[in-house]
Amino acid sequence: MSIHATHIARPVTVSRVMLKVLAALLPGIAVSVYCFGPGVLVQLLLATVTALAAEAAVLRLRQRPVAPALADLSAVVTAWLLALSMPPLGAWWMIVLATLFAIVLGKQLYGGLGNNPFNPAMVGFAVMIVSFPAQMAAWGTPLAALDAAAQLQWIFTHTLPAGSSLDAISSATPLDVLKTGLLQGGQDASQLLQQPRFGHWGNAGGEWVALAWALGGLWLWQQKLIPWRTPLAMLAGVLAVSLPLWLWQPAQYASPLFHLLNGATLLAAGFIVTDPVSGSTTPLGRLIFGFLVGVLVVVIRVFGGFPDAVAFAVLIMNMAVPFIDQTTQPRVFGRKGGRHA
Amino acid sequence: MSWLYDFHGGIHPPQHKDAATGSPIQALPLPPQLHIALAQSVGNAARPTVAVGQHVRKGETLAEPDGRLSAAVHAPTSGTITAIGPHPFAHPSGLPVDTVTLQPDGLDEWQPRQPLDWQQADAATLRQHLQAMGVVGLGGAVFPTHLKLAAGKLATLVVNGAECEPFISCDDLLMRERAAGIVDGIRIAAHALQAGEVLIGIEDNKPQAIAAMQAACAGTAYRVVSIPTKYPSGGAKQLIRILTGIEVPHGIRATDLGVQCLNVGTLYAIAHAVLHGEPLLSRIVTVTGAVARAANYEVAIGTPLAWLLQQAGMSDPNADVIMGGPMMGITLPDLAAGLPKAGNCLIAKNAALFPPRPAEQACIRCGDCASVCPAELQPMDLFWFAKSRQFGKAQERHLFDCIECGACSYVCPSQIPLVDYYRFAKSEIWAAERDKKSASLARQRHEFRQFRIERDKSEKAARVAARAAEQAAKLANQTASPVPAPAATGMDDAKKAAIAAALARAAAQKEAKPLSEQHTSGLDDAKQAAIQAAMARAAARKAAAEAAKAGDAANPDSTATATPAQTGMDDAKRAAIEAAMARAAARKAAAEAAKAGDAANPDSTATATPAQTGMDDAKRAAIEAAMARAAARKAVAEAKKDAAS
Amino acid sequence: MTTLLYALLVMVALALLLGAILGYASVRFKVDADPLVDKIDDILPQTQCGQCGHPGCRPYAEAIASGEEDINKCPPGGEDGIRKLAELLGVDFKPFDAGAAQPKPKAVALIDEATCIGCTLCIQACPVDAILGSAKQMHTIIASECTGCELCLPPCPVDCIRMIPHGTDLTNWKWRYPTIPIKAVKP
Repeated sequence: MSIHATHIARPVTVSRVMLKVLAALLPGIAVSVYCFGPGVLVQLLLATVTALAAEAAVLRLRQRPVAPALADLSAVVTAWLLALSMPPLGAWWMIVLATLFAIVLGKQLYGGLGNNPFNPAMVGFAVMIVSFPAQMAAWGTPLAALDAAAQLQWIFTHTLPAGSSLDAISSATPLDVLKTGLLQGGQDASQLLQQPRFGHWGNAGGEWVALAWALGGLWLWQQKLIPWRTPLAMLAGVLAVSLPLWLWQPAQYASPLFHLLNGATLLAAGFIVTDPVSGSTTPLGRLIFGFLVGVLVVVIRVFGGFPDAVAFAVLIMNMAVPFIDQTTQPRVFGRKGGRHA
Repeated sequence: MSWLYDFHGGIHPPQHKDAATGSPIQALPLPPQLHIALAQSVGNAARPTVAVGQHVRKGETLAEPDGRLSAAVHAPTSGTITAIGPHPFAHPSGLPVDTVTLQPDGLDEWQPRQPLDWQQADAATLRQHLQAMGVVGLGGAVFPTHLKLAAGKLATLVVNGAECEPFISCDDLLMRERAAGIVDGIRIAAHALQAGEVLIGIEDNKPQAIAAMQAACAGTAYRVVSIPTKYPSGGAKQLIRILTGIEVPHGIRATDLGVQCLNVGTLYAIAHAVLHGEPLLSRIVTVTGAVARAANYEVAIGTPLAWLLQQAGMSDPNADVIMGGPMMGITLPDLAAGLPKAGNCLIAKNAALFPPRPAEQACIRCGDCASVCPAELQPMDLFWFAKSRQFGKAQERHLFDCIECGACSYVCPSQIPLVDYYRFAKSEIWAAERDKKSASLARQRHEFRQFRIERDKSEKAARVAARAAEQAAKLANQTASPVPAPAATGMDDAKKAAIAAALARAAAQKEAKPLSEQHTSGLDDAKQAAIQAAMARAAARKAAAEAAKAGDAANPDSTATATPAQTGMDDAKRAAIEAAMARAAARKAAAEAAKAGDAANPDSTATATPAQTGMDDAKRAAIEAAMARAAARKAVAEAKKDAAS
Repeated sequence: MTTLLYALLVMVALALLLGAILGYASVRFKVDADPLVDKIDDILPQTQCGQCGHPGCRPYAEAIASGEEDINKCPPGGEDGIRKLAELLGVDFKPFDAGAAQPKPKAVALIDEATCIGCTLCIQACPVDAILGSAKQMHTIIASECTGCELCLPPCPVDCIRMIPHGTDLTNWKWRYPTIPIKAVKP
């Protein structure tokens, strides 16, 4: 006899939710592949295989059922987000290592899905950017004519076919160029941004990828899979810091548009700050969490030592989530005041 | 001022109401037997007032209320009581409850009915009448209606015709077909509550009911309000919020905020009870799901559910059946149960309508539950606390504000049966509270007992002291002894007594038993006997041990006493016990006799002799007393010996 | 040498000062009753059964508070009780000793009224005055006030007291911890 109190349920499962998240990533992936070549797909594949294998192995060690956990596809989502944050032409061991850190350290050691206080993909990314900053900065040159075979050869063997040079296919990201340019001095931001690498809107080629992430995020919102509060608050946070700085000294600081379209800003807004497990869950908490992530992203980009800061911003705010949730408990029906107690 | 409010969250599950709304309310023949459970309200079960074999007429009281929250139970038809005792009950526990089984005689013969002149009667009379008529809330909560009418000067009376749960349509059909009766009930309730306005909330998926109610309300000030279809708008708190904007928090009575909510079925029952003097004997039940003739049936309370489902054409007799709706209803553990007053809907399950719930996955804190929660709780946090048994934290996060509507369980992508966890946590907390209450009661009683013992001791000591002082004074008068005289003279009574008490207490501690024996006359009989008996038994046990060690000539004695003791007794066990006691006493006496070789023997025979014939209680008591007396005598003798030596 | 002396003097002065402050604080903020005892006593089930070896729950609470006694000596409190005590005192959970008394299901005492001889011994033994009766009169137990301590069993000369385990009825029935539904096989 069924003991459940509620006899009917919406035909939704975690697997379906995760599948939709993966689907929402597809436009961005397509544009990425167009811009950076099939290396992106190789990264995705490597990450997926590693994530599933690592998840299965740890679950077996933890003596938990393996199949249902793999079927929920959460490991695949983590793997894809990680792969899409990593340089498309990074060596194979980099993405493998990053995924292992993400799944084993960031997720399973905390008890698996639903129990991880930190966003696993960001854990993997942070470990890599701290450990291998140089390799992580070598992004693909957008729209470079590099055939699939050459990319594969580079990813797996770190060699190039005769006749092609690394500089032709790989370049620093705009964020990196700006950071090093400003550090070297001589040129101010507005001059630096004239370089062709920055394109028309601050990220030649990359802006289309960023917009594709935004498109995926909008679809997820339309599907009621992500709340509007966190992403909007995050973008507001980005604007809240970058806009005053830019208005104050446009020569010194990049425009808000540059911050929006560069790095992982829009990917984070749609897919990373909206990770429900490690994010805040109260309505007000989501606003606070998202906003502060946005603020931290720009602050670390502009004043910190790393070119992009989404991972750090998210991880720092993940730490604050229990406190945010605790203090922003919504008002309960019929009761006065917001806080609990 | 047609202004509707919204409540937070809510869901739109598939309705499934059409199956049963296609036909009018169906009448059924009388079942072969009726099982009328005595627990028909949230309060205590009613106390039966009939006996097995008794013939009752329709409407006759079978059981009367036991306490405020209890409601009377009546015979739904005329017939003979064939049994009163535990019978399966429509409750998730599957525990049987006391039930009156009635064999209908087929005559359906009414007892005289007495309508109430409600316009003249005062509120208390009306409430009494409703309690006696067994009217309880028919929306499913079976809260006694007479308590809901216990308020004067109400701003708004909310009439609940929302019926938001899927499958259920009993209120819909009742409103369509018997709107006039409902409006009669509203009139009575509004009069009793002195309601300023009456708002009738009906979900907009029931246009026929809305039309019927509007027609019936024509010419009155009652307003029929069509509200958007959304689960759980039929929850009392939610409906009050929708219609008035007032939020009734947990633990606060709606009437304190000037509103009250009554279900249409309840109002119809009120009208019947007051205008016709007819108790609550039947109700409309939606029988739907996997049945051939899904419809709303008018069914006598106590009708066996299996029989009812059979009438409706349930195909699979082994199918699970839900009583109530699919959101908040219970899976019935046993269909032999009779229909309770709470039974608004029976749904026979099948795999097409109720696919099995997928396996529970980990909570991903997606927050869907929070966005549908009408109580504006954070269900994922409550789940976390309930699952990890952190009940205190769950309570802090207002677990008890949860109305168990099931919206969270419905939307959960991880397919977690959230309400199951909340119910678990709630009942654990209730159990802990019960334990706490009984523990604090025990602590109180224990502390009082210690206080009492202390008090008794000091009172006794004071008495002893008084007597000692008296004697000392006498002695002083007689012999002018140097020691007590100064103490006695020049001191006021209180001080004298205090000193004497202290002295006596010391003495009492040193030789408590002999002293208490000497002054037993001051104690009441009960205590005296108790002390004596205790001492006697202690002595007997000690003596028995000694005797066993010595292994002397006591044995023949004891057998001699024991054998006759067994004969002529009606109760073998009692005899054995008596004999054992007697034997012990005899052994003790024998041992003493052997040791001292003096007049102890008559004592032992004196104890043993009555033991042979002591059968009834009085005699047994006599034995006890005798034994006690003997022991007391012995103790006194010992004390004297001690004093002499 | 003088530096050393100064250092020593400073240290001594500091020690004296801090000692004085601590001493003052201990007097100023003195807590009259030991709240720990109350808190422990609150957790104990108040059966007053003495199975812990102390004459009642409060003495046991005092013994725990003073550190003389372990937290795993209260069978009626069950493992739940030990857990709560462990949490309160910040020590590790400890199961019941294998040889010691083990928790039993809750029960209330019942006097077989046909056998009772009205000796009042159980009345005197009952720590919560839950037994009613007087000498030579049959005794009875107020079930709602009986803690199930079993202290009335040994003194009864005719062994007429039994322990009846608590049954489940609608008032104390509990929802179970949600588990995977099991389809019962119907006959």
